[in-house]
Amino acid sequence: MTIDPQPEAVPVAGGPGAAFPAAPEGVSPDRSPWYLAYKRFVRNRLAVSFLGLFVLIVIFVLAAPIWADNVAHTGPNESHTLQKLRVGDEVREVVTPEGRPIGPQWFEAGGKFFLGADSRLGRDEMVRLMYGGRTSLFIGVVSGLITTLVAVVLGLLAGYYRGWVDAVIARILDVLWSLPVLLFGIALGVSLAVSGLQIGPLTIEGGSNWIPIFVISIFTVPYVARPIRGEVLALGEKEFVEAAVAQGAGPLRVMFGEILPNLASTIIVFFTLNIANNMLFEAALSFLGAGVQPPNSSWGTMISVGEELLTTQPLLAIIPGVMIMLTVLSLNIVGDGLRDALDPRSKVRLEAHAGMVEPEGASV
Amino acid sequence: MVRFIVRRLIGMVIVLFVVSVLVFLIFNVIPNSPPAQRLAGKNATPTLVKSIEEEWGFDESLPEQYVTMMKKVFTNELISYSPRVSVEDRIKEGIPATLSLAIGAGLIWLFWGMVLGYIAAVRAGGWLDKFLTGFAIAGVSIPVFLIGPVLIYFLTYKIELLPNAGYVPLTEDPWGWFKHLILPWTTIAILSIGFYSRVLRSNMLDSMNEDYVRTARAKGLSERQVMLRHVLRNSLIPIITLFGLDFGATIAGTALITETIFSYEGVGYYAAESIAKLELPPIMGVTLYGAFFVVAINACVDIAYAYLDPRVRLGTSAA
Repeated sequence: MTIDPQPEAVPVAGGPGAAFPAAPEGVSPDRSPWYLAYKRFVRNRLAVSFLGLFVLIVIFVLAAPIWADNVAHTGPNESHTLQKLRVGDEVREVVTPEGRPIGPQWFEAGGKFFLGADSRLGRDEMVRLMYGGRTSLFIGVVSGLITTLVAVVLGLLAGYYRGWVDAVIARILDVLWSLPVLLFGIALGVSLAVSGLQIGPLTIEGGSNWIPIFVISIFTVPYVARPIRGEVLALGEKEFVEAAVAQGAGPLRVMFGEILPNLASTIIVFFTLNIANNMLFEAALSFLGAGVQPPNSSWGTMISVGEELLTTQPLLAIIPGVMIMLTVLSLNIVGDGLRDALDPRSKVRLEAHAGMVEPEGASV
Repeated sequence: MVRFIVRRLIGMVIVLFVVSVLVFLIFNVIPNSPPAQRLAGKNATPTLVKSIEEEWGFDESLPEQYVTMMKKVFTNELISYSPRVSVEDRIKEGIPATLSLAIGAGLIWLFWGMVLGYIAAVRAGGWLDKFLTGFAIAGVSIPVFLIGPVLIYFLTYKIELLPNAGYVPLTEDPWGWFKHLILPWTTIAILSIGFYSRVLRSNMLDSMNEDYVRTARAKGLSERQVMLRHVLRNSLIPIITLFGLDFGATIAGTALITETIFSYEGVGYYAAESIAKLELPPIMGVTLYGAFFVVAINACVDIAYAYLDPRVRLGTSAA
């Protein structure tokens, strides 16, 4: 076990500096463990290509305003029910009098209604898909950050202090773990969507995207906190912690300076997988109406809107579903690749990560 | 063993109490508006709000309000407000449909997971083994609300092979019951097959290195007998535990979404309908009953596990 002398802040993926399990034998010792992990990750072609796919998806959703302003000339929530679309010499109605929205136009109308209109409201499906993806990714990433932050702090406190602190935290996590997550997510999501939330001076409106973020963050904490607590318990027995204590380091210094850097690889892997899991959770909540509230779109709400027109316009439900699948799949594969790269001795691969998304994500 | 069961049951009661308090907090305390207004729903008349306020005693102290809520839940007085029907009755109506869906799907994924996992373990490294790895990671990444609509579109509308909407009671028309359930079953089951086969495979590969397997071979059992009687049997315990947990999660999770996709009138469909109307009493009822059910299943799984593996109840491993 090599310990880096400078306890830096939480390192970013690939960033140098943190302590790390010893380099495998036969590798030159002057290479940092992060560099070696990077090398191992790059060799994993599958993970690298899915990382590329994820980057493409991020670029796609970030380009939403560009597409909306320059190609589609409309916003995600603008209704075009009564308008007509000129395609060459032909004039097409955006929504027919029977309430049937226009199908995909691809580039026939200069990119307008590229994927057609979303419902009898006649909103541009492509623009909504891009903005909806922003919402879905934003909720996934932010709730992932909150979950990971809370989980790391709880795991450190429980694993370091042990005794009654650990008992209390572990019990709370156990109870949260045993709850049917989706059911409670729905209950909290709907209840808050009706009336908003007040945390101290902070008021969140009923329709805000921060409500699903809040709901998802609460219920996914145990899936990250429990493994981290276990790891902290194990690390607490190591000599370097004893050495730090003997040198007079206080609890904060030991937790954040000595133990935290050793958790870096676990945190990175769980953060990645947690985003994937949270995006599925958000989509499930939104699909049922307990997540993102109209008129905002997310991929989950788009599926539930599109499902009503499944017979005539199947793409409206299928495309957002495919987008969710591609995003979650790429995050899961990248997360698995990161685990292999950061901890080559780890025997648990898919099994362990499915255990993390269990009981919710494994089946959703 | 008796001590373990008693301890586990006491734990269950505590969790159930916490669950009910959480539900109380979620609906009556955490949100930021008068609770009567919220329970009455979006388009409530002032008279309705007033009557709910009196009925639920929202001017009393919180513990008293909690007792009122629990009384309502257990005495069948929880009512949805438009239409005014008992929540409990609606949930009871939906239970046969939801159980048909969850049990059938569970048996399908358990069966195929075991068959494929067994073959993958016997032929470790083969093409099926590699395929299952991909299948498993796809299974945790594909949402049911993608598979469901795709199946409906192609199998129901395109080739009209299977009917779409609704639940047909088993007692009325077994064949119709079965036909209506094939698609929802597949939607739920297909995602778990890969994962279960991977777990069984790795458990089996671990047990193959155990001494008792060598002993079994040494005493001249055929390879098939070694695999089925010794390796497979000892690898099943974790699968059964996992199944118990996932089964609860399916009833209180995946089944909700699947029922909504297929307009299948179970408990989840009722919940989704109430969400759309933003009616809280039914959601409160479904959450409480669903949570009770899941917690009870988890307790049973733990007890069954302790029965199968004495180390658990003695507290020597995996407490």
